[in-house]
Order: sequence, then structure tokens, then C-alpha cells
Amino acid sequence: MAYLKGDERKELAIKTTRRSKPVVKWVLISTSALFIFFMLILPLVSVIVNSLKEGFDFYFKAISTEYVKAALLVTLLATVITVIVNTFFGIMASWLLTKFSFKGKQFLATLIDIPFSISPVIAGLAYIMTFGRSGWAKPVVDYINSTFGTDIKIVFAIPGVVLATIFVTFPFISRELIPVLNAQGTDEEEAASLMGAKGWTIFKRVTFPHIKWALVYGIILCTARALGEFGAVNALSKTRGETFTLPLEIDALYLAGSADSITASFAVSSILVIIAVVVLILRNIFEHKSKSM
Amino acid sequence: MSKAKSFKGGRVIPGFGLSFGITIAMLSILILIPLASVLFQSFRLSPKDFFEIVTMPNVLYAFATSIGCAFIAALINCFFGIILAWVLVRYEFPGKRIMDGMIELPFCLPTAVAGITLSKMYSTKGEIGGPLYEWFGIRISYTHIGLIIALVFIGIPFVVRAIQPVLEKLDSQYEEAAYILGAKKLTTFSKVILPELRPALLTGFGLAFARGIGEYGSVIYISGNNEKEHTQVISYIIMQKLNYLEYESATAIALIMLIISFLLLLFINIVQIRQSRRVSNV
Repeated sequence: MAYLKGDERKELAIKTTRRSKPVVKWVLISTSALFIFFMLILPLVSVIVNSLKEGFDFYFKAISTEYVKAALLVTLLATVITVIVNTFFGIMASWLLTKFSFKGKQFLATLIDIPFSISPVIAGLAYIMTFGRSGWAKPVVDYINSTFGTDIKIVFAIPGVVLATIFVTFPFISRELIPVLNAQGTDEEEAASLMGAKGWTIFKRVTFPHIKWALVYGIILCTARALGEFGAVNALSKTRGETFTLPLEIDALYLAGSADSITASFAVSSILVIIAVVVLILRNIFEHKSKSM
Repeated sequence: MSKAKSFKGGRVIPGFGLSFGITIAMLSILILIPLASVLFQSFRLSPKDFFEIVTMPNVLYAFATSIGCAFIAALINCFFGIILAWVLVRYEFPGKRIMDGMIELPFCLPTAVAGITLSKMYSTKGEIGGPLYEWFGIRISYTHIGLIIALVFIGIPFVVRAIQPVLEKLDSQYEEAAYILGAKKLTTFSKVILPELRPALLTGFGLAFARGIGEYGSVIYISGNNEKEHTQVISYIIMQKLNYLEYESATAIALIMLIISFLLLLFINIVQIRQSRRVSNV
């Protein structure tokens, strides 16, 4: 059977589809539009409306309390470290999984995807079980502390928050890079290597230009998820104003229950909503760019 | 597929040892060893205690609630996911790019924000919940319906993003052939298109289902966490045990959840491997 080129195939697809009755088309489009409106757009509008219920003065006061400032700082710190660690891991893992073939490769890929299908609460629990009071790594941390005179705490402290955030966003960047690298194949790297290029040069000059936009796109997604992580951090952070992140602050305000504090919690939420919308826009721009490569 | 060629037992492209070492080390330290700790802690329990903890009525109800609601939500997502992916791939209309971009919103919006917003919107005084309660007497927040709505919100991008690429690559010559042979539109869809989409649909379903079972942030507000009405989800139970410092019970329940997650992940991977084999055989 003769195969069609991409453009021809697309044209045929649209032509084939066009033959169906316009009623079907518009019923499907309006179903989709209604779904998107009720499930996705309305909640966004609702956050903004709820956050401005008491006026702008209240809004600015609500987002500039000491608790919110502290939470913002913790959130940013955790996000920056998470993105650095996961970007490094993502590049290494995707290089390994696409440029080489070895036994157990598929299994390794599955292991990397574990955080996708695990409850974030279990991620928090896992670190408590490792570093907490009854955890096996507790003596190790104690030993380091007594030898070097440091006071490192992991559970219910900032390192725990950072670890939890890393855990839940671990596979995000490799997930974006692997399909791009797979599609690109290994011929170019092999040629460069046979011509005598060293590993770093090959990566910088041959591989990196291909994955540039996919990497940016992965980093953006990872940032968004790291900023908003809730379940895992909730298990590992208990002190408001010290180890709370923005989502935890939102939770604390919402659960306080008074009308004012609920409005305040929506005000803090609106910061994250604005970030989410910016991320969505950036994501679309970069997705478009990485596809057109 | 990668096809690194062996040359005198070595590999042409450099960096195998380095990337292998770093990947395994980071994966072990950050993910595998902490999860193994959960496993070992739960082995400290005697089988009898373990069994007693995981068969407590509230734990069993929570499992039923989480799995049942996640399953229904994933089914709803498959239905709307096919429609959305079809509309986004096959039709041209104004606002299409915005619609396409909006699909990702649940990925980007923090779950806690989604949770409090949905909970407020669907409460008996909310924008949607209010009219529904006044006109039909239906309560949504703090019931299973609310829980399912939150899970539909969380799961929809998984399904749409799994189907979309497959639908884009689908060769419409088969549809053309079906049309020429006189098949009706619905027959063409169920006999020609749906079988091609099935692996992608299963993957999307599996991902949305897995995410739904373990979901925490977006469901704990809207569910109401009422033990009598069985609206507690399993993640909430684990968090509650953690807060009461009942670590043994928390690990025992977590172990069951880990097993469920692994099975689902395995299922998704098998579907994906089969799918890639099918595609490469064509």
C-alpha cells in the first residue's frame, strides 16, 4: 500500500472528516467547549472572584502577611533546588535510556516513572520512615551531626520539604526528553564519536540543539508542579511560618474556616493561579517550538 | 528505538558508565530506598496485626471509595477525552488553540488550589452547587459526586494527551476505505478508529485511574472526609494516621497502595510496549 506524506495525510483526514454532517461536528465542538468551560475555566474565574470578595485592600493585606512571605520563600527555595536536581537527573536518565541498549532498560524506565502513579502522601511517608524517629537512616544523620557539629534535621524541616518536592516531580524532565531523543536516533552521535569528539562536545554540539525546547518545556512543567506540591509536603512539614509552603499556607487559611480567612486563602491561591496561567502560555509557545524543530 | 552498536564489546557513544551510574544512584537514593523503607517498616508488623489494620471497616470503605470513584472518574474522562481529542485533531474552529492549551491546566494548577476552589463552587452556596441544590436538591460538595468531579478535573489531561498523538498519526485511508465500502459513520468509528485508539485509551485510563486512587490535595476539601458517609479517601486515612503518629498503620495501608500502583504501572507499560511493537511492525 502506498503511504501518504504527512501533509497529504492531514489533508485527507480533514477531507474525510468534512464529509460527515456539520451537525455532528458542532455537537462535538460544543460538548468540548462546555466541558472545558465548566470543568476548567469556571474554577479559574472562581478563584479570582473569591479572592477579591473583600476588595483590593484586603487582598494585598492577605498576600503580604509574615506567614505568606515565609511560605513564599520556602516554596521558591524548594522549587529551585528541585528543578536543578531533576534537570540533571532528567538529562542523564534520558541519555542512558535512548542512546544505549542494555538488559533491563524497560524495567529501569518503569522504575523512573514510579512517582507518577504513587500517592504523594506515600512519598512523604517514605521519607518519614527513612529519616524519622524510627527510620533506619536516623542514626546516620545523628552520626554526621555529632561528628561535624552540625544540626541537620530532615523530617519536619526544610530538607524534608525539598526531598518531598524532588520525589513527586522526579520523572518530569526525562519524560519530556525521551520521546525527542528517541525520534532523533543515535546516528549523529555515533558519527561525531567516530570522528573523535568527546562526550561533552557531542552532547553540547550534537544532542543539545535537538532537545533544547523540549528541555525548556520540561523545566517549566517541573517548576509548576514543584510550586504547587501539597500532599507529600503536607506529611513532612508541620510548622506554620517556618517550613510551610504556599499550598500549605492556603490549606491552613482555608481550614481556619472564618469568612475572612477563606477569602485570604483564595487571595494566596490567586498567586499560584496566575503562575499556572503564565506556565500554560509559556508551555504552549515552547511546545509549538519543539514540535516545529 | 535506539540501536547502539557494539564495537569490540564497547559502545561507540561515550557516557554509558557515567549516565548509568548517576541514574541508578539518584534513583536509588531519592526514590527506591525511601520506598523500600516503607516495605521494611511494614514487615515489622506480624501478619495478624497487618491483616487487622488493613481490614478495619473505615480502611476498607476508604479503599472502596478511592478505587470506585477513581474508576468512575477515569471512565468519564475516557468518554470526554475521546471527544476532546477528536475535536482538537480533526476540526478547525475559532478558539481551538486556547482549548488545546487549557487541557493542561490541571497539570499546572496546584492540587490544593483546585481542591478549595471546586469545593466552594459546588457547595450549596457556590456558583454551580447553589443552583443545583435549589432547583433539584442535589448536593455535590461533601458527597461522592463531588469527589468524582474533582477526580475528573485531575484526570482529563492524561486521557486527552494519550489519545491525541495517536489520532494525529492515524491513517485516514482506512476511514476512506470504510466509507467507500458503504460503512456508516458510527460503524466506521467503532470498527475502524476505536480499535486503533484502544492502546492509547487504555494508557490514558490507567494513568488517570492510578492518579485518582492516590489523589490527595484536590479531593480532601470537596469530599468532606466524613467517616459515616464513607467519603474518606485512602490518602486521607494515611495522612490521619501520620498525624496521630500511628506509623505502623500508615505503612501497612501504604503498602497495599504501593502494590496497587505497581500493578497499574506494570499494566500501563505492557500496553505501551505492545503499542510500540504494533506501530513498528506496520
